[in-house]
Amino acid sequence: MARAMNMLDVFSTALARTMVSLRWLVIIVAIAGSVAIGTQASKLEFSNNYRTFFSKQNPELQAFEEFQATYTKNDNLLFVLVPKDEGGVFTNDTLAAVEYLTERGWQVPFALRVDSISNFSHTYATEDDLIVEDLVVDARSLSSEELADKRDIALGEPLLRDQLVTSDGGATAVNVVLQYPEISLSEVPEAVTYARALKAEIVEKFPHLDVHLTGTSMLNNAFSEASINDFGFLVPIMFVIILITTAIAVRSVTATLATLLIIILSSMIAMGFAGYIGIKLAGPSPSAPIIILTLAIADSVHILIAMRSAMRDGLEKIAAIIEAIRINFLAVAVTSITTVVGFLSLRFSDSPPFQDLGTITAIGIFAAFILSVTLLPALLSLAPIRVKPRAVGQTRGGLMLGFANFVIDNPRFFLIATGFATAALIAFIPTLNLSDQWREYFAPRIEFRAETDKAIEHFGFYPIEWSVPAGETGGISNPEFLAKLDDYTEWLRAQPNVVHVYSFTDIMKRLNKNLNADDPAFYRLPDDRDLAAQYLLLYEMSLPFGLDLNDRINIDKSATRVTATLEGYVTTKRVREFLKQSTVWFEENAPELKAPPTGAQVMFTFIAQRNVESMIGGTSFAMIAIAVVMILALRSIRMGLISLVPNAMPILAAFGAWAILFGEIGFSVAAIAAISIGIVIDDTVHFLTKFMRARREKGLSCADSIRYAFETVGVAIIVNTVILGAGFSVLTLSAFKINMEMGLLTAMTIGFALILDFLFLPALLLTLARFSGEKIDDKGDNYVRHTFSQTA
Amino acid sequence: MSVIHSVKPLRAALAAVLINASAFSFGALAQSAPVFEADPAAKGDTPESQMGYEIAARSDRTDAGFGDSKVDATMMLRNAAGQTSERSLSFSTLEKEDETVGDKSLVIFNSPRDVEGTALLSHANILDPDDQWLYLPALKRVKRISSANKSGPFVGSEFAFEDFTLTELNKFTYAYVGEEELDGMMMDVVERFPRYEKSGYTKQKSWIDQTAFQARKLEFYDRRGELLKTLTLSDYREYNGVWRAHRLSMVNHRTNKETDLVYSNFQFKTGLDKNDFQQGILTRLR
Repeated sequence: MARAMNMLDVFSTALARTMVSLRWLVIIVAIAGSVAIGTQASKLEFSNNYRTFFSKQNPELQAFEEFQATYTKNDNLLFVLVPKDEGGVFTNDTLAAVEYLTERGWQVPFALRVDSISNFSHTYATEDDLIVEDLVVDARSLSSEELADKRDIALGEPLLRDQLVTSDGGATAVNVVLQYPEISLSEVPEAVTYARALKAEIVEKFPHLDVHLTGTSMLNNAFSEASINDFGFLVPIMFVIILITTAIAVRSVTATLATLLIIILSSMIAMGFAGYIGIKLAGPSPSAPIIILTLAIADSVHILIAMRSAMRDGLEKIAAIIEAIRINFLAVAVTSITTVVGFLSLRFSDSPPFQDLGTITAIGIFAAFILSVTLLPALLSLAPIRVKPRAVGQTRGGLMLGFANFVIDNPRFFLIATGFATAALIAFIPTLNLSDQWREYFAPRIEFRAETDKAIEHFGFYPIEWSVPAGETGGISNPEFLAKLDDYTEWLRAQPNVVHVYSFTDIMKRLNKNLNADDPAFYRLPDDRDLAAQYLLLYEMSLPFGLDLNDRINIDKSATRVTATLEGYVTTKRVREFLKQSTVWFEENAPELKAPPTGAQVMFTFIAQRNVESMIGGTSFAMIAIAVVMILALRSIRMGLISLVPNAMPILAAFGAWAILFGEIGFSVAAIAAISIGIVIDDTVHFLTKFMRARREKGLSCADSIRYAFETVGVAIIVNTVILGAGFSVLTLSAFKINMEMGLLTAMTIGFALILDFLFLPALLLTLARFSGEKIDDKGDNYVRHTFSQTA
Repeated sequence: MSVIHSVKPLRAALAAVLINASAFSFGALAQSAPVFEADPAAKGDTPESQMGYEIAARSDRTDAGFGDSKVDATMMLRNAAGQTSERSLSFSTLEKEDETVGDKSLVIFNSPRDVEGTALLSHANILDPDDQWLYLPALKRVKRISSANKSGPFVGSEFAFEDFTLTELNKFTYAYVGEEELDGMMMDVVERFPRYEKSGYTKQKSWIDQTAFQARKLEFYDRRGELLKTLTLSDYREYNGVWRAHRLSMVNHRTNKETDLVYSNFQFKTGLDKNDFQQGILTRLR
């Protein structure tokens, strides 16, 4: 046992000596190698497709892809036009704007169809003719009677009302459906650039209008824009924080610069590797460098603090460097491995950007470990670091020792108090509500969010789709099917939060009326299948280019698509409930029509659930792997397992605190446990390795070993917590809610971990020691203050 | 004038000859067809447009004199998900009297069953919307299709009705692009631009072989000038000097949907006349 420790000491001492003696070679190789890998980062691209958040195996994604292959793609741009005056939409000016925008909409790159109140295929009868024409042609020339007529038609049309024109006629929308070839990442920005220019053009040409631009293409674009925004905004803040905290902790300009170099190179290696394997950054994965900067610094800080301490105890610089590496090697290795394990467990996630975050960060952390025990000693040996030796009689860690005594005096109180407080917080976890409304993924400073918030004041936002099967080829004309489909449509329209329902039955009713001389009595479904089929044939043959029904009816006419648009303020919980109710409706009323709901909204509604399910495996893997690492590192099964307790507790406590503070959380929640466990265990590693060293090497009592641990690593743990907390807090400034939540929740977990490591862990150790029969009521009278000259 | 650069010197010389010759008569080109008059607007006034027009005209005229025809057709629709669907139709066509009007056609739907007996009568026009009437057997009524913009998909397929009137010479203006080898044959490549303003396309690009003068491939460009669909015509067979493709495959590049149109049982000179293509015939089909 002791031999293993000695071997590690021998190895780390030899390593540090070699690094110091070959310092120039080490510096050149490390920097050149890192830069060479780092150049691959130029291949990195930002994804601009919300589908990136779903794995290929995700059942909701697969269902939606199948749906879109049957009908058409659902990517869109929605222009909302709101007249500033009270005149409403049905004026010459506004309709002219709609007409103009509709025409120009076809010019948007990858546009598949454009729908508006102007190009709506208005049908009516004159004698034996079915007239199909655009509802608004040459808007400027319309008389006030004609305008009123258009208003009546549009507001009476179920396919338009509340979809492309509000029921009060106060706002209108032009919807551009796009089909991207999905070959190049430049496609979305290309369409968005065009759409923005078009919006600017409308605003200039028609100054009486407010124009808001949203839709899934804007969402997709926002994903990459928010990431780029984050990169430029958060990384500099992160550097400032690191500079300040490191400078305070190590109190040396050159040591700070050395640390900075280590973490920059670690990030470069990680990002270079990411570029090399072709990762597309999205959502959480671009925050990898920030997390790496945060975590990588810990290794250096521990080594630097130990070096300073050793120098204050009178060692000269090179000896102090070697000593710092020796006493920290195990802790730094173990903390790095546990963090790497935590992040690698993100590979279990159902969401590829989280998988990528795991991969990139794991590489960065590993690189930081290697560089901290190779490049760092080489750099430090060149740095002009001077530390005043401690005056005789002056001791360090006095405050920490006092704190240790404070806990040792009241172990039972702290055990129960922290245990109860944690349990109380945990009790709130069931109230945590999973929420993934993609409008809210972005901070209001992101254009997509601001524009969408305006748009949803007028129109619905979240479409839910069903491909309702009619059971046989041509079955959509079957009167029984149509009747049931109509029932479903009516049911949907009666549901709260449903703003609009697009159903083929409305077209059928209208055609039946038109083909019976516009007799309102015939505004009902045709009761003969052949008649319905032939109406449809006639109608389809009359439709203009791009406005066909191929996006509404499948090719053998055996299924049709129903779209319910939900208001933009709806909660994920309500969406889940609504989807469930819709399934129940089919089961109770028309089991043969039962269709699963699909669409982007459905995918996001279940994204948290899918990720939680997939991360149960990931988190278990992380827990078990970290337990094994701890058992090996502490060379004690008992201590290894004990170490998990103060690490699982802060995560659960943070979830509980979050439930009280915010009540709801997005799908990043699934990843937090795995990420946090690998991070917060570091403090425990440092504490317990020192504790075990004292127990084994010095044969100290449990209480004295706790004193020793506090005295030696207490400050480092606090510094580490502050740095980690600050680093993850930077993520709370992210424009992207997933990162914001991930950052804040992890920062909270780290804070709780500090409290629990300082109060609960020593209390637990003392209590366990008492159970083993050890006498613990000592006041530390026999404790000898520790100095490095003793251990060296 | 990059268009000219792609023309080999020999072809350019031939083009000059063709264009000059056309100023007098169509001589060798026109075969035994009735004498046509070129529509000056369709022909244009640049060398490329005139040469393009001549090549299209030569292709169109190989068809001349077929009189009337009947053919059965099967349409196979396929979407991006791989689902398929079939339609079966019969086409009857009466040749146009001259190039100032279009052919008259009657399409009868045989399947799907619920539209069986539905009949579409079309009188193609050059610049005005085609006149179209649909007979609905379930309603026992004829309905005129009154829509200026009928370039939507025909019975849910990737064909627009517009695409069936491929060979109406004067519906387009032309531009000769050059020659190119395709499937082992030398082709003239001609771009054409719909003159009908409500067309769903801004441009079509055609590959016409230099031996039988038949269109082998057509590309359709949308309002943004981007490639929307490609039509491949194959399985050409000759019926007394009249060539007919028996397989037309249309691929929509944007939606990845496809339609194959397969013709069988061509019959020519079956004795149809103008009276068989009057509106009144629709109610007496059965």
